[in-house]
Amino acid sequence: MSPRGLSTEAGIAGGDSAVEAPGNPTAPSVPTSRVRARWNSWKGLVYQLAGILLAFLALMFWLQTADLSPIELTTLAPAALWVYTVEHIQLTLLAAAIVLVIAIPLGIALTRRPLRFLTAPVLVIANFGQAAPAIGVVVLLAFWVGFGFWAATLSLVLYAMLPVLRNTMVGLQQVDAHLVEAGRGMGMSSAAVLFRVELPLAVPVMLSGVRTALVLLVGTAALATFVNGGGLGILITTGVNLSLTSVLVTGALLVALLALLIDWLGRVVEHVARPKGL
Amino acid sequence: MSELNATNRADSTDEPITPTGITGASILLDGVTKRFPGQTRPAVDGLTMEIPAGKIVMFVGPSGCGKTTTLKMINRLIEPTEGRIVVDGDDVTDMNGDTLRRGIGYVIQAGGLFPHMTVATNIGIVPKMLGWDKARIAARVDELLELVSLDPALYRDRYPKELSGGQQQRVGVARALAADPPVLLMDEPFGAVDPITRLRLQDELLNIQEELQKTIVCVTHDFDEAVKLGDWIAIFNEGAQLEQYDTPERILGHPANEFVENFIGSGAGLKQLTLTRVADVGLSDAIVGVAGERAADVLARVTEAGHGHAVVVDARHRPVQWLSRRQLGRLDVISDGADPKLPVVGIHATLNDALDTMLVSSAGAALVTGRRDTFKGVIDVKTVMDAITRSQGAAVLESDQAPVGLNTGVFQAQASAEADPSDTAGHGADAQAVR
Repeated sequence: MSPRGLSTEAGIAGGDSAVEAPGNPTAPSVPTSRVRARWNSWKGLVYQLAGILLAFLALMFWLQTADLSPIELTTLAPAALWVYTVEHIQLTLLAAAIVLVIAIPLGIALTRRPLRFLTAPVLVIANFGQAAPAIGVVVLLAFWVGFGFWAATLSLVLYAMLPVLRNTMVGLQQVDAHLVEAGRGMGMSSAAVLFRVELPLAVPVMLSGVRTALVLLVGTAALATFVNGGGLGILITTGVNLSLTSVLVTGALLVALLALLIDWLGRVVEHVARPKGL
Repeated sequence: MSELNATNRADSTDEPITPTGITGASILLDGVTKRFPGQTRPAVDGLTMEIPAGKIVMFVGPSGCGKTTTLKMINRLIEPTEGRIVVDGDDVTDMNGDTLRRGIGYVIQAGGLFPHMTVATNIGIVPKMLGWDKARIAARVDELLELVSLDPALYRDRYPKELSGGQQQRVGVARALAADPPVLLMDEPFGAVDPITRLRLQDELLNIQEELQKTIVCVTHDFDEAVKLGDWIAIFNEGAQLEQYDTPERILGHPANEFVENFIGSGAGLKQLTLTRVADVGLSDAIVGVAGERAADVLARVTEAGHGHAVVVDARHRPVQWLSRRQLGRLDVISDGADPKLPVVGIHATLNDALDTMLVSSAGAALVTGRRDTFKGVIDVKTVMDAITRSQGAAVLESDQAPVGLNTGVFQAQASAEADPSDTAGHGADAQAVR
């Protein structure tokens, strides 16, 4: 359990320190120049990426120079690490894609007037999905669906549904009701108001939900190995079972760095996709 | 920048504005009722009212009286439970609501601008929906920004958060006018701006209306705003009971019943003063002296004319001093010093402002200045009193043209009210009797 805890914590902690720079472009030294303001808004993101790359290079350097046993060398061969990483990313992205396809339309539907009464029950179910221990969900689902990639994916989907769903709903609900009324009053259809006013204004909150979900997924995907689902978790279990500290540390670090990298990508997208004028 | 433009515009009102003629459309609410689910009493109860083309009609009343519901039923943001809505002779009760609303301007409090769109995009929304091409939309945007006294080059590409509250409200009005709709609905449009900006926006709306002559229906909770802007004022009680629907002059001079009286509050006579401008009343002449003249000469002219005072003007004919006979008698030559406490009002000021100046100065009169602060004449308390008396008389004469407005839902006396629909005041008395 500890590596997962470590990776998500690191992802979130690293993220929080980085949020201040882009979130606060009107620092006291405001417009010394346009370039400076731009740099200020990107500064946090650049530092985050630099940190990730440095840590990755340090890990690679250590792997090259450390005195490793033959078993360790086989397990930590670059080709093998690459395969695990790709599996891990596949799991994460597939689960994320499924989550987006389900949670965003569901979130939109639940904020429409006719379906609003369903909001509370659906949130209860989504909360349940997240509150249940991930390892338990993974294993139980595997008994039901069968061990392998799909069992892992399904449990990941359940786990990451809540942040996206909740942020979609919150994002849409925080749009000023006056603006919706203004749109309807001008003769925009309810669909036009949704796509041209509500969703654009909800984008920042929704994207931050998606980023949270992705970081959660990278951490939780390390558990997929328990149901033969692949991913970097294999390094951690191998490391624990065979008392190979180097393998354990490498696996944990790679998961953490991947989480941070995905968090960084999410922040870049948020930064670019934030509607102008907000 | 905009403030500057606004002032320029206000100054230029001396030049004749050529009205383009009435571009508004008449509106008829015919026996309109709205019941909200879960409420026993209807929010709007059998309201029939006519809104004449090209006029500003103000809806006022206590909160929750159904005035906003009534407004929103005109563009069917709220669908009436019963009754018909007729715009420009066409029954629009069953037409597509979105199509209807594209043809009716809608302004809400604080402008309701979309924060993620530039000023130009905000204004261009309705034209874009109507399928105008880009060049035409861009030209229209600039034209409208000019109309609301914002420099297009400066404001076109700004986002709403980069504008002040007053500027946002102006853009809100421009957006509502984008497709040149005959009808403009305004829901407490100036409620969210500071009092000074509000006065300026009201003046500007009147200027725009003078030019465009749309039919404007405006909800407000501020009775003074209603008096200032309205050609007609509809005073509602709970359930959109129309208590009185008449000109500001008649509502102030002849409130239909106790409810209206209470709603106007105290000082109805004083409120009438805001209806008339200094330029509309007769000014008295004054003996004018110039600095450097011998005081005795001026005094001789004052005595000959039987006046008590002489006004001293400077080289550009701006008043600088106001001297009594006694002061003139003591002087040898008239000095060119300026009196900082001179009671001066502009010719476009309301009688209310003029009276205020008089009372503060304790002179019982005030000097009136026109363009570039040149001296125009003197206004005194008696002129103001005469003007009040006259406007009350005139209001009584006008009453025959009053548009129809009545509630059919609760009145036993409906038949008699319909027999004489123009007599809204008498109708209000009926309401009193029934209760």
